[in-house]
Amino acid sequence: MSRLQVVSGKGGTGKTTVAAALALALATEGKRTLLVEVEGRQGIAQLFETDALPYEERKIAVAPGGGEVYALAIDPELALLDYLQMFYKLGGAGRALKKLGAIDFATTIAPGLRDVLLTGKACEAVRRKDKAGRFIYDYVVMDAPPTGRITRFLNVNDEVAGLAKIGPIHNQAQAVMRVLKSPETAVHLVTLLEEMPVQETADGIAELRAARLPVGRVIVNMVRPRVLDAADLELVRTVPRTSVARALSAAGLGGARRGGHAERLVDPLLGQAAEYAERYALEQEQRAVLGELELPLHELPLLAEGMDLAGLYELATELRKQGLS
Amino acid sequence: MSPDPAEAQDAARPHLSPARVLDVDPLLDDPDTRIVVCCGSGGVGKTTTAAALGLRAAERGRKVVVLTIDPARRLAQSMGIDSLDNVPRRVKGTEGDGELHAMMLDMKRTFDEVVEAHADRERATAILSNPFYQSLSAGFAGTQEYMAMEKLGQLRARDEWDLIVVDTPPSRSALDFLDAPKRLGSFLDGRLIRLLTAPAKLGGRAGMAFLNVGMSMMTGTLGKLLGGQLLKDVQTFVAAMDTTFGGFRTRADATYKLLQAPGTAFLVVAAPERDALREAAYFVERLDAEDMPLMGLVLNRVHGSGAGRLSAERALDAAENLQDPRIVDQGDGKAGLRNSPETQGSSESPTASPTAPDDGSPAGTDDGSPAADPERTVEQLTAGLLRLHAERMQLLSREQRTRDRFLARHPEVAVVEVPALPGDVHDLTGLRDIGDRLAAGRTELS
Repeated sequence: MSRLQVVSGKGGTGKTTVAAALALALATEGKRTLLVEVEGRQGIAQLFETDALPYEERKIAVAPGGGEVYALAIDPELALLDYLQMFYKLGGAGRALKKLGAIDFATTIAPGLRDVLLTGKACEAVRRKDKAGRFIYDYVVMDAPPTGRITRFLNVNDEVAGLAKIGPIHNQAQAVMRVLKSPETAVHLVTLLEEMPVQETADGIAELRAARLPVGRVIVNMVRPRVLDAADLELVRTVPRTSVARALSAAGLGGARRGGHAERLVDPLLGQAAEYAERYALEQEQRAVLGELELPLHELPLLAEGMDLAGLYELATELRKQGLS
Repeated sequence: MSPDPAEAQDAARPHLSPARVLDVDPLLDDPDTRIVVCCGSGGVGKTTTAAALGLRAAERGRKVVVLTIDPARRLAQSMGIDSLDNVPRRVKGTEGDGELHAMMLDMKRTFDEVVEAHADRERATAILSNPFYQSLSAGFAGTQEYMAMEKLGQLRARDEWDLIVVDTPPSRSALDFLDAPKRLGSFLDGRLIRLLTAPAKLGGRAGMAFLNVGMSMMTGTLGKLLGGQLLKDVQTFVAAMDTTFGGFRTRADATYKLLQAPGTAFLVVAAPERDALREAAYFVERLDAEDMPLMGLVLNRVHGSGAGRLSAERALDAAENLQDPRIVDQGDGKAGLRNSPETQGSSESPTASPTAPDDGSPAGTDDGSPAADPERTVEQLTAGLLRLHAERMQLLSREQRTRDRFLARHPEVAVVEVPALPGDVHDLTGLRDIGDRLAAGRTELS
């Protein structure tokens, strides 16, 4: 199992949720995982219902079975100052650079520097060991940028190593790239059973593969429960309205006569079933497209109660059941 | 009574909700509306909304251009803008007198064009071949946002269109799209540039020698950090930009002012989900703080039900009644089902198909499944329909709660709800349909 698990996905597919659930799932007994946020949205804090995370690794949850989940929201500016301090003892100069706008430049505008800092910090956490030589974190899970940007994001160090041909940034970039392109890393893509996210997933995988970045699994999120089976859907098209009305009436929902309570429910209910059938057919098409990617596929259910902390644990348990930890 | 049609119309508007209803047609029809910006988090249907609004405005007679950032492939194909040539194309197949043009933003080309337009050929070539420039223009953080705004400025300056509808980049946060142009502008026009380019200049001035020492130390530090070659590339790039652009900040400021101008309308797009509405709330606050004119919230993919009066709980109870044979009145229910005088005597129109047992011969169906008890199957199906309905009602109330929470925080925001569609939109017919739904206002929940 790769120690750096990168979770990407199109916007709106719930990649932060899946990353958090994965971090919980991997924190089995005696293990410690680090959940890393790189986009400054404080999505992790919101999921775990805690205050905004500082730029500091702190424990945010105990997983089922007793493992620990730590979280870190990487702030590129602080990461850069950190980095300057760590490698060059440039504390004072760092402040001066900040005054000049150089830090702002480096972390927001300079090609890729921001991404170098973010991936660099995550890789540092992956490699960090304690005095006894044991890894501090068994797994690092990254809530990464969306599918459209993931390859560029992870590959940025290659690009930077090409731009800065010598010097510490060059060396740092190469060190990061060695981790990202090794089996130590797996990039998972989160999708929904809808056309655009699936298309973007397929494109994203092609890009990752072309860049020789290790693709992990495809996780289909928010899968709606199967309420009507194929026989039901067939019957929906042919069933006499009166029979349904009588069944509704028998179930205690009023009169089946024309205009009766039960009778007036028939059209809306059959209409909803027709919508369901249409959506289900589209979902099946998308499943087939995902099937052609030749990657392990996992499905996570849509939570009826909406997403909350309890739901997160439910998803983590589901991921364990499906063998992701 | 009132001779004023506007007032009459106002009175006729249904008061379905405490929220103000966003009326898109007057906004699109108003000749003073020149720019509509659609913003919001990723995956909420921003591009589709922008395209649908553009089509609607065009079919209502305006000459419209839609600037999209990253449209779905099939939608782009159907609009004929799937090739990346960075100029607006007339969209074929629209109805009425108006015109719809559309384009997809090509970030790199837009950046190149800016360089080519403002630098002499030699300098332009130097910039375009600079490795630092090539990386910057190919799409790192901030460039896309900047170029979207740049393109908007260009389209507006050409003054060929009555209305420009802009889709915004799928930023990592709402902030970027407003901030990136300013940041890039202030960087390119700022102190760091002078630092990178000016040691010589500064050195020439009397009394600045001490500063120059500081500067050299700083460039030394940068050199150490970036590597000498990269620093040199950056310096060359910056020097070329600095002398030819005549102030990037001026351009960024102009675009920013354009967004604040009276002819601009912002629409925040969201879906009735927690994260999307949280981003939307954030956007609303941010636009307010920046004096940007917010017109309202487009809430996409809202679910409704034609049977909204049947609650999830009752539907589930009823489904259980149908499926659990231990239910006390099951026998009666079944009897009632077969022989109910209510149904027998009903003047039900002949919608009944041959499978209907109404004729008193419930034995078997003609669809090749004689073994199945048809009533049993219908009961099963009906139980399924009820469970499906319960699920829909749960979704509906969750969406309602999320939306209400947003409105409690921002009661001033006008809202239009767009009903969810089972599939994606790929063509003008689909966009037109979305446009109708946008104009129709709230979902009817009856």
